[in-house]
Amino acid sequence: MFKRVRFLFVKELIQVLRDKRLRITLIFPPIFQLIVFGYAANLDVKNITTAIRDMDQSLDSRDLTARFRSSKYFKIVSHPQTPKEIEALIKKGEITISLEIPSGFSKKLKKGDTAALQIIVDGTESNTAMIALGYVSRILSEYSTEMIVKRLNREGMKDFEEAGVELEHRVWFNPNLESRYFYVPGVIATIAFLLPMILTAQAIVREREMGTLEQIMVTPIRSWELVLGKTLPFALIGFIDVVMIALIGVFWFEVPLRGNPLVLLLGSLLFLMSSLGIGLFISTISSTQQQAQISTFFFMNPAFILSGFAFPLENMPQWLQYLTYVNPLRYFLVIIRGTFLKGVGLDILWPEMLALSVLGGLMITLSSMRFRKRLK
Amino acid sequence: MSPSRTWAIARKEFIHIYRDPRSLGLVILMPALLMLLFGYAVTLDVKKVKMAVLNHDGTQESLSFVHRFSGSPYFDLCRFVQDEKEMRRLIDKGTVKIGLVLPRDFSRTVKAGKKASVQVVLDGSDSNTANIILSYVQAIVREYTQEKTFLKIERMGRKKPAPPLEGRTRIWFNEELESKNYFIPGLVAIIISIIGVLLTGQVLVREWEKGTMELLISTPVRKAELIIGKLFPYFFLGLLDLWLAVLMGRLVFQVPLRGSALLLLVLSCIYLVVALAMGLTISAVAGTQLLANQMAMIIGFLPTFLLSGFTFVISNMPSWLQIITYGIAPRYYVTIVKEIFLKGSDFSFLWRETLVLVGMGLLGLLVAIRSFKKELR
Repeated sequence: MFKRVRFLFVKELIQVLRDKRLRITLIFPPIFQLIVFGYAANLDVKNITTAIRDMDQSLDSRDLTARFRSSKYFKIVSHPQTPKEIEALIKKGEITISLEIPSGFSKKLKKGDTAALQIIVDGTESNTAMIALGYVSRILSEYSTEMIVKRLNREGMKDFEEAGVELEHRVWFNPNLESRYFYVPGVIATIAFLLPMILTAQAIVREREMGTLEQIMVTPIRSWELVLGKTLPFALIGFIDVVMIALIGVFWFEVPLRGNPLVLLLGSLLFLMSSLGIGLFISTISSTQQQAQISTFFFMNPAFILSGFAFPLENMPQWLQYLTYVNPLRYFLVIIRGTFLKGVGLDILWPEMLALSVLGGLMITLSSMRFRKRLK
Repeated sequence: MSPSRTWAIARKEFIHIYRDPRSLGLVILMPALLMLLFGYAVTLDVKKVKMAVLNHDGTQESLSFVHRFSGSPYFDLCRFVQDEKEMRRLIDKGTVKIGLVLPRDFSRTVKAGKKASVQVVLDGSDSNTANIILSYVQAIVREYTQEKTFLKIERMGRKKPAPPLEGRTRIWFNEELESKNYFIPGLVAIIISIIGVLLTGQVLVREWEKGTMELLISTPVRKAELIIGKLFPYFFLGLLDLWLAVLMGRLVFQVPLRGSALLLLVLSCIYLVVALAMGLTISAVAGTQLLANQMAMIIGFLPTFLLSGFTFVISNMPSWLQIITYGIAPRYYVTIVKEIFLKGSDFSFLWRETLVLVGMGLLGLLVAIRSFKKELR
C-alpha cells in the first residue's frame, strides 16, 4: 500500500527534477523574490528630493535651509528663483517637495512675528508625501521652539528651558526599523504558499491533459494513495525551498531567528496542508494547464493582498477584515513573524496554529473528496 | 509577409480563446478583482493604532496628556495596564502596537516647568507602520511641549509669544493623499503585464506540448507571420482589459484622469507590444507550460509588481537595483500612466519614456521571432 504511494512519489519527483530548466526555476524564483524583497521593498522615506527657494537670503534663512540639508530625510537638489521654476520641477518629477522662505523672514523672526513658509508637495506617492510632510513639520516646530527659547535667553531669562515632555522611544523586535525584517519572513511564507500549490495543480492537470491520468487510474492504485502520491512530493519540494530561503534570510540578510525553529517547522507543516489543498482544488476545477494557471493567479492575488504580507490588515475596511479570517496565509504570517522577530512560542501562537490546522484539514479533506469524485 | 496567413493564425487563436469561456471570463474579471482589492484593501495610511498605557502617575495632568493620543484619529486606546509585564505580553501577542509609559512624577515635573520623560515602546516588526506611528507620537509630544512652554512663559508674566514659523502646505495632484490614487493608475500596468506575459507565455509552448506545432510547421506559414498572428488576439484582450481598468478607475474609484485619454491609449498600445513580445519570447524558449508559467512570473510579473515603482518607490532602493530598473519596461510605463492620470502631463513630458518603450518593443519582437525555431525537435 505505501509502496504504491512511494512509487508515485518517486515518479513525480523524477518528473519535476528531470528538466534542468525546471530545476532552476525551483531554486531561482524564491531567491529572486528574497533578493528583491530584501533590498527593494523599502517603504522608508529618505533622501526626499527637495527644492528650496530662499527669497530672504539672510543668516536665519540659511540656518533653516541648513537644517533641511543636514537631515538625512531631505536632499536639496535645486534652488529655484521663480514659482514657475518650482512648478516645472514638480511636474517633471525632479522634486517631491518645495519650500519657499519669504523675504522679510529674518526681520519677522527678530520682531517676534510669525513668518509663513510656503510648502508644495507632490501628492502622487501618497505615502511618501505624508511622511515627508511629517518630517517638514517636525523640523519647523523644533526650529520654532528653539527660536523662542533663544529669544527669551537673550532677553535676560538666562536659564529658561522648555516645559512638557521629553520623549524616549524604544523599538522592540526591530530596533533600526529595517524593512527587510518585515519582508524576508513574509517571502518565506509566500513561497511556502505558492510553490506547492502551483506544482500540485499543474502536475495533475498536465496528466489529465495528456491522458496519462487515465492510465494511472486503471492501475490498482486507490484514490487516496493517488492524492498522497501527488501532493507529498510537492510538499517536500516546498519544504526544502522554505528551509533554503530561511537560511539565506538568516545568514545573508541577517534577519534574526529569535524563536524556536521547531515552532516554525510545526507551523510550516500545518500551513502546507492549506497550500496543497488549494492546489488540489484548482486541479479539480481545471481541465487545461492554462485554466489551472489563470485560476491559481485568481486565488493568489486576494490571498496575498488580504494576508498582511505587505499591507497592514488593520487599515482595511471591516467587511474585508472578516474575509481575511479564512485566509490561511494570514495565520502563517503571524506565526513566522512571531517566531522570527518576536521570539514567541506556542503559548502565544496557539490560536494561529489551531486556525491553520482547522483550515488546512478542511481544505485538504474537501479537495481530496472532490478530486476522488472527479476521477470516477 | 502574407496578411492572409497572418490573419488565419490570428483567427485560429481567437477561436482558442473563444472556446475556453472560463479562461476568457477570468481574464475579463481579473482587472475588476485587482481593482477592487487595490481600491479597497490596499492602503498604507495608518489610523487607529492600538495602544496600551501604563500610567504610573494617574493625575489629571497625566490623563489629559494620554487623552491627546486617544482623542486623535490615529490612536485607539485599548487599555490601561498595571505593569511592564502585561504591556510586554500585549505587544508580543500583537494586541497593541504601541505602549506609552508615564513616570510617577509626570504631573509634578510638568507643573514645575520641566520636561517629564515619557517612554514609548513600539512594535517594530512592521517597520513602515512603526515609522509612521513614531512620527505621529513625535508630533503630539511636540505640540504638547510647545503649549506647556508657552503657558510657562505666560505664567512668568510675559505675553504669549507668536509661533515663529508657520508652514502653509499645498498638496498637488493628489490633494487628499489617498492611496488609491497612487495604486490604481499603476494597476493598469500590472493588468497589461498579466495579459501580455502570463497569458501569452503559453501560446507557443501549448502547441509544442500538444503536438499541434508540428502540424503548423508543415504549413507554409512563416515565423514572423506566426508570431504576429499569435500576438493579435492577445493585443485585443489587452486593450479590452485596459479599457475596463480605466473605466473602473474613473467610475468606481473616482481616480482623476487629468491628461489626454488618447495619449494614454496610444502609449498603452506601445507598452502592450513590449509585454506581448516578452510573453512570446518566453513561450518560444520554454519547453513546457509549467516552465513558461514560472518564467512569466519571474521575468514578467514580479518585476512589474516590485521594481516598476508600482508599490515601492524606486528612489528608495539601493543604487545597483535602481540601475536594474532602467532595464525593465514596466518602469517607464508606470511612470507614463501615473503622470497622465494624476499630473495630466502631455507628450512633451513623456517622450523619453515613449522612446525607450518603442525601442524595447522593436527589439522584443525581433528577439521573439529570432528565438522561435521553426523546426522539428
